[in-house]
Amino acid sequence: MSAPFVLLGLLATGAKHGYDLKHAYDAALPRAKPLGFGQVYATLGRLERDGLVTPVAHDRDQGPDRTTYALTEAGQTALDGWLDAVEPSAPHAAGALVAKVAVALLAAEPERASGYLAAQRAAHQERLRELTRTKLDPEAALGDVIAADYLIAHLDADLSWLQTTLDRVANLRREVHP
Amino acid sequence: MSIVQAPIVQARGLVRSYGLTPALRGVTLDVTEGEILAVTGPSGCGKSTLLHCLAGIMRPDAGEVIYRGERIDNTSEKARAVLRRTDFGVLFQFGQLVMDLTAAENVALPLLLNGAGRREARTAALAWLERVGVAEVADSRPGEMSGGQQQRCALARALVTEPRVLFADEPTGALDTLTGEQVLAQLVRVAHEHRTTVVLVTHEPRVAGYADRELAMRDGTFDEAGAGIAVPHGRHGR
Repeated sequence: MSAPFVLLGLLATGAKHGYDLKHAYDAALPRAKPLGFGQVYATLGRLERDGLVTPVAHDRDQGPDRTTYALTEAGQTALDGWLDAVEPSAPHAAGALVAKVAVALLAAEPERASGYLAAQRAAHQERLRELTRTKLDPEAALGDVIAADYLIAHLDADLSWLQTTLDRVANLRREVHP
Repeated sequence: MSIVQAPIVQARGLVRSYGLTPALRGVTLDVTEGEILAVTGPSGCGKSTLLHCLAGIMRPDAGEVIYRGERIDNTSEKARAVLRRTDFGVLFQFGQLVMDLTAAENVALPLLLNGAGRREARTAALAWLERVGVAEVADSRPGEMSGGQQQRCALARALVTEPRVLFADEPTGALDTLTGEQVLAQLVRVAHEHRTTVVLVTHEPRVAGYADRELAMRDGTFDEAGAGIAVPHGRHGR
């Protein structure tokens, strides 16, 4: 789970309270699963318990008490360790896409698998076009462009795999019905 | 908003072979004015041959190519050459700039061939180099430019005659991802500003992502399953 480290990273740019952290999180990772306010405060509580952040101010600005948190030295060390650790690539080819194609090929006619692959490819291509439009928008924020790049690269890989699999299914059909 | 527009380029049952090897097996398509259409497919599927036939560079063995309601496949080579100089622009993967000429001279070339004066041609060339973001290389020769600069220069040359249709064959195939992206973004922006129709041939899904619509080819025809992936264009309300 990266959310605690993202919060540490955001605090590395300066002390903030929970409300600001939630908005900074959304701006930095606009296409990530949204982080609720409850999650932000719960995570801050755990980070404080572990000595990675510390409250530095309490203020009440026409509303409830707000606690401002700052990164501690231990927090900076934890953040550096996380940034330096290499992420392993996905260990198993077990996504729903792979599973569905494997089952379609085992349990149904190649036409069925081929039809599914083509429909999936169409959906991926449409999503890819939508993300490309996001990037072409002159108003797009850097966070949006980076997130779109990431999603496009993965869609591109999926599309290559879908195309190769479509070719394999077509070859298989030719072998079975020459 | 949905406005039905007449197709600007049409293909009807195009057939083309290289010796005994069929490249096109009866391709039919309509290209709507102002759209960016991507034709995708693996190597050897016939997409480049289709582009060459549509652009009047190559004649089909059978079938018709229609531009603005009139057949162009049965016209003379000279008539098609005129069309390519006036109404069509062509952009290839690489190797299209004259190495002995500067960027500005390369871009001015089509205008000079069309009878423009030297000063007028140079002014237009400089304006187009500026528009595609490489004004700084105007007096450099291709050998002194990066791949991305050369391809933008080629884009400026393809667009300097303000063609109605731009045919682009793997236009970013020789560029790295980020440079290719910059060239494509320029291409899309300029095409939309000038309402230029674009037929873009590519094997890369991410390049096809820049188009309004995509048609997938396989074995010389539109992929039966892939044909279903054609989505109505209309991103810009056209």
